Amino acid sequence: MKVITANFVTCAVKECKTTATSFPLHFHDAELELQEVDFQPEFIRNVIPRIDWEGLRTTANELGFPSLPETKPEGDELTNEQTLKDLHRLLLETQVMEGKLVCGTCGHAYAIKEGIANFLLPSHLGKFRIEFRS
Amino acid sequence: MLPTPDTSHVSFDTIYEPSEDSYLFLDTLASASESQWLSDRFQKGTSSAVPFVVEAGTGSGVVLGFVAAQSQKIFGRQDILTLGTDVNRNACMATRETVSRAISTEQSRDLCSPLRPGSVDVLLFNPPYVPTDELPRLPTALENDPTALKGMSTSARFDQDSYFLSLTYAGGADGMETTNRLLDSIPGILSDRGVAYVLLCKQNQPEVVKEQIRGWGGWDAETVGSSGMQAGWEKLVIVRIWRSQKP
Repeated sequence: MKVITANFVTCAVKECKTTATSFPLHFHDAELELQEVDFQPEFIRNVIPRIDWEGLRTTANELGFPSLPETKPEGDELTNEQTLKDLHRLLLETQVMEGKLVCGTCGHAYAIKEGIANFLLPSHLGKFRIEFRS
Repeated sequence: MLPTPDTSHVSFDTIYEPSEDSYLFLDTLASASESQWLSDRFQKGTSSAVPFVVEAGTGSGVVLGFVAAQSQKIFGRQDILTLGTDVNRNACMATRETVSRAISTEQSRDLCSPLRPGSVDVLLFNPPYVPTDELPRLPTALENDPTALKGMSTSARFDQDSYFLSLTYAGGADGMETTNRLLDSIPGILSDRGVAYVLLCKQNQPEVVKEQIRGWGGWDAETVGSSGMQAGWEKLVIVRIWRSQKP
């Protein structure tokens, strides 16, 4: 799974969703692989508005990437090719092949194997499955 | 005709083989009226932010692969983010291969349960819609563990394959049990500009489903694709569900 995926997912346990610590999920024992993807500056520029920046800063830090700026790039910063290239590498080219995604609220660990994250819950948690109409 | 994604690498032992319903999905999204509607909603003039497209239950990945490859035609822009989910790990692997031409990631999970609320712009769902006496249970994480298959007897393997295949079509009462769970999650996961496309068969009573959605308040539902008439009935339809008012 690409690192950007972690920015769009939260714990699958219903009770966790309303808690601040269920996002982002935390990578543990992550094995990373670099898979080159064509660099398209405009694509990254248009991805940035969709990113939860605080969440991404946490994820980047946990994966051992250099610290991201404190605030989301905007205005002139979006024309800085190095900024865009760094984000391209982190979000799209970095694949998490093995490891876990752990919820900060309930502690459940979702396994990642061969690049696929398994969000199916064990039966004792599965009864809380889905339904998150707010 | 736009090309159909290649699924020749997919083993259909446990994965749904692209069929009439899958092709109805492709044809509907690429139709002049629907691609115009989607382009109006998502083209760059409206918002530069990339549309986030999620397919729940990708199977072979033929629908998501098509959307990823044809995003210029469907959304009027090439930059989209796609995410596929399936309860069958084999389907996740198959989808990754099918969609390799576009940006995609896959996860093994139930429908949309782990998605961040309010994040999805386009949700695609070709559900298990066949009415059955019982709804098959969901697989456990263990059943999707690739190492668990080793050492399994041929008959146990056959039973497991049959079980996974049943998940692709068996919809429980009125064929609606899984679809209803997805419909319930729609207001929570769709963004302000979000839209969902859900395939229904005649026994699912599409007119009743659409009325229910309109009853949510602030939501609309419309049939935007159908497989044609059979004895005066449309056998398969695709319903578009979207916010008619900003929340």
